Amino acid sequence: MTSWPILSLVTFLPLVGALFCLVVNGPKEAVERNCRSVALVTSVVTFLISLLLWARFDVTKAGFQFVEKADWVPALGIGYHMGIDGISLFFVLLSTLLTPICILSSWDAVHVRVKEYMVAFLVLETFMVGMFCALDLALFYVFFEGVLIPMFLIIGVWGGPRRVYAAFKFFLYTLLGSVLMLLAIIAIYWQLGTTDLPTAMDKLQLPFIWQCWLWLAFFASFAVKVPMWPVHTWLPDAHVEAPTAGSVILAGVLLKMGGYGFLRLSIPLLPEATQYFAPLVFGLSIVAVIYTSLVALVQEDMKKLIAYSSVAHMGLVTIGAFVLNVQGVQGSLFQMLSHGIVSAALFLCVGVVYDRMHTREIAAYGGLVHRMPRYAFTFMFFTLASVGLPGLSGFVGEFLVLIGTFKVNTWVAALAATGMVLGAAYALWLYRKIVFGELTKDSLKGILDMNRREIAVFLPLVLLSLWMGIYPSSFLDPMAASVDKLVADYQAAIKLARTAALAP
Amino acid sequence: MIVGLESWTLARPEIFLAAVTCLLLVYGVVRGEASTAFISGATSLAMLVTAVLLFMPYREGTAFASLFIVDRLTTTMKAMVLVGSAVTILMSCAYFEQVKAWRFEYPLLVALATLGMMLMISANDLMALYVGLELQSLALYVVAAFQRDSVRSTEAGVKYFVLGSVASGMLLFGASLIYGFCGGTAFVEISKALLDGKGAELGVIVGLVFVVAGLAFKVSAVPFHMWTPDVYEGAPTPVTALFAAAPKIAAVSLLVSVLMGPFKPLFAQWQQIVVVASVLSMALGAFAALRQQNIKRLMAYSSIGNVGYILLGLASGSEKGIEAVVFYLAIYLVMTLGVFATILMMKRRGVMVEGVPDLAGLARSHPMMAFALLLFMFSLAGIPPLAGFWGKLYIFIAAVEAKLYVPAVLGVLASVVASYYYLRIVKVMYFDEPAETLDAPVFGITRVVAFAAAILVAAFSLAPQPLSLIAAAAAKGLFP
Repeated sequence: MTSWPILSLVTFLPLVGALFCLVVNGPKEAVERNCRSVALVTSVVTFLISLLLWARFDVTKAGFQFVEKADWVPALGIGYHMGIDGISLFFVLLSTLLTPICILSSWDAVHVRVKEYMVAFLVLETFMVGMFCALDLALFYVFFEGVLIPMFLIIGVWGGPRRVYAAFKFFLYTLLGSVLMLLAIIAIYWQLGTTDLPTAMDKLQLPFIWQCWLWLAFFASFAVKVPMWPVHTWLPDAHVEAPTAGSVILAGVLLKMGGYGFLRLSIPLLPEATQYFAPLVFGLSIVAVIYTSLVALVQEDMKKLIAYSSVAHMGLVTIGAFVLNVQGVQGSLFQMLSHGIVSAALFLCVGVVYDRMHTREIAAYGGLVHRMPRYAFTFMFFTLASVGLPGLSGFVGEFLVLIGTFKVNTWVAALAATGMVLGAAYALWLYRKIVFGELTKDSLKGILDMNRREIAVFLPLVLLSLWMGIYPSSFLDPMAASVDKLVADYQAAIKLARTAALAP
Repeated sequence: MIVGLESWTLARPEIFLAAVTCLLLVYGVVRGEASTAFISGATSLAMLVTAVLLFMPYREGTAFASLFIVDRLTTTMKAMVLVGSAVTILMSCAYFEQVKAWRFEYPLLVALATLGMMLMISANDLMALYVGLELQSLALYVVAAFQRDSVRSTEAGVKYFVLGSVASGMLLFGASLIYGFCGGTAFVEISKALLDGKGAELGVIVGLVFVVAGLAFKVSAVPFHMWTPDVYEGAPTPVTALFAAAPKIAAVSLLVSVLMGPFKPLFAQWQQIVVVASVLSMALGAFAALRQQNIKRLMAYSSIGNVGYILLGLASGSEKGIEAVVFYLAIYLVMTLGVFATILMMKRRGVMVEGVPDLAGLARSHPMMAFALLLFMFSLAGIPPLAGFWGKLYIFIAAVEAKLYVPAVLGVLASVVASYYYLRIVKVMYFDEPAETLDAPVFGITRVVAFAAAILVAAFSLAPQPLSLIAAAAAKGLFP
């Protein structure tokens, strides 16, 4: 399996594409055309290579696969250690899938500084994929933080009217959380003399009070990223101001970094603190699910509504991750994947009408079904997927999370379930306002339905959502071994701590 | 006492630089203004040759009755100082020609200052320390006021001189107290006396405080930072670049060798001072720069903040901490030279501008220059994977290992605040609509420097290991 470094290839191939884009020169038109093509080709090739990961993935193994290991900064105990397991596999695929879709979706929408735009997206892809593959805490941090640079530029350069504010808020919020995680990583390095993640999973033994401090430091970083209530306020701003493709990546992949961080670092490294703080996570998540759903109900901006719905959906993810049984964690992972596809698609839906009308006001639309039947179908499809209609991807994740939660705490499950009802309320309300009703507004009378490029953007997402809803085993099976191990290790650690506490 | 040949061999680089400077001075006096270009080129070349002499052949030891010490640490620091000085001399030419203040004394004064820095880095005795420090300072006072037709420049020179003299006075007073209580000025003697129990005496502690205060002034650590923003803003831009690069490194090196050398036994005492100065510097560097509109002044606060991080590494007092200091300094040097090279390229219709808003829309008018500055800014902000991140990581690792948890937490928080103003420069360049565009950068040495610095930052980002090996070797010098 080590014949060629497939993970590094997937990670750094986009960077090569970015370099190509940088050296493209010539008249403006040609540069734009070439950059778009280079970016699309690179990202599609990257996606195809990443499919190899899925094809060659050994579902029976719980440990890390496709491992690559090399020294990087031995002086600081930092290695270049890459590998994926069932938890990270699909996040890698999600990142590599969404990037070409983003590039395709901004084909006509972005006209200024196309070259820089494509470079930013390709660099972003490298950081995202790298983050999900990193098996070294410092490497993880480098990728985790590195994402900020291209995203800051994407929001700030190609964003809406309040883009500067949104870009700074996004950057500083996330950075503030992350630097605390850096200190936690340093503390782990200080304990072990290395930042290697598998080593840390095996050997890290910390006193309870230390676990709590480190857990909080990690939490500061991941909670902002997820984002959990009450540190979610950067998200609506960032979403509203970001260009469509930026929103897609934000909702599709960047939010998942937080959930992934919990599962990859907080839970395995700090099990006792995880158990201790789980009620806190439940509390915040329930507030997120209910409160932000209510907030979503009164939004006037389409993107803001979807942004708040993301916060609510991610609340379900964090509940699932912290109930720490197989159903909960699998549901949490599945919900993240589903949300990655569905919310990305919803933002793309907003982008479709925004490109035509240049407004995101819900009140400016209505009756689109009369002029845009294909659009109406697509939008409805993803609205229902987001609501959790059985047979579509959203259902599986929510269902598994709720099952897992019921086993642990009925109240949490009951309150989380109300979120689903509210979710249906705002999603259907949005859909009705925009698509149904009479087409009365003059500005909408000449609106055109989706063209072939846009269909090409949505088609893979529609198929994938159906696949995930109808036959989730394709996705749950590769996860199973790793999730089982995660839960088993966690329970063993808790048991050990309990016996140690009971011993005289 | 007869000074053996060995002493002369060890001081070979300094002697070479001094001799070349004297010869060039004579040449300049004979030839007059016409020789300026030649002299500046020759001085830079001499500095680079001196840097080579440091390593070929490399020798360690003490010289001149142990007034002078050469080890890995001093050699590394000297190499950085020489590179910094040589590069800034090269970058000065265009600037001074334009303001019509291009005189042959300038490179020579910088050379003398550099010589002073080398002496203070190698000082192994309070007397030698003071002589080196004053040689450096006096030359730099003149350099700060070098654009003598400009009110701002002369004001900067006077400010620097007055405040610098006070600091020198404090240092001297502290040194005399220590001499009085320890019975010697040589570092070895002081160390021995302190180990013998003299460390508990109040006079020694007071002396230590004064010495640290004097040196803190030279590295512009809070609360002795007041001169920095004014001098940075007022001095001619190439001189500011020099201030930010070379003397800072020399002063940090001096602080390290004094505190980790003779005063090592008083670690518990000076650690408190250094921690407080470090935290205050990080905080002030972060908060005070938020609203600066002049990029030189902004860089002044940025340098105060950076000194805060360096002091945190020093405060850990461990081998790792000193490694971190060397590592951080090297990256800081590259970033600073790069930023100032970019600032020196900021011209509009032939006139230098230095406001942050002047950079508006730079990404469209001069994409390469903007991209280089973007790299430097994110690197200064310590955003991975850029080089500045590794420097900060190193520092924080050392701090956590030394159990300096609270300063480390404050440090990372300050770095978040500081990232705001670095980002603001990126914002102005990339997000804002172009103002009146700046002149296209002409091909010249500043452009080469900016480009080289950007390449180096990128290289350090991807492969910090070689630099960390150099830093580790240097730190070994203090921990035999």
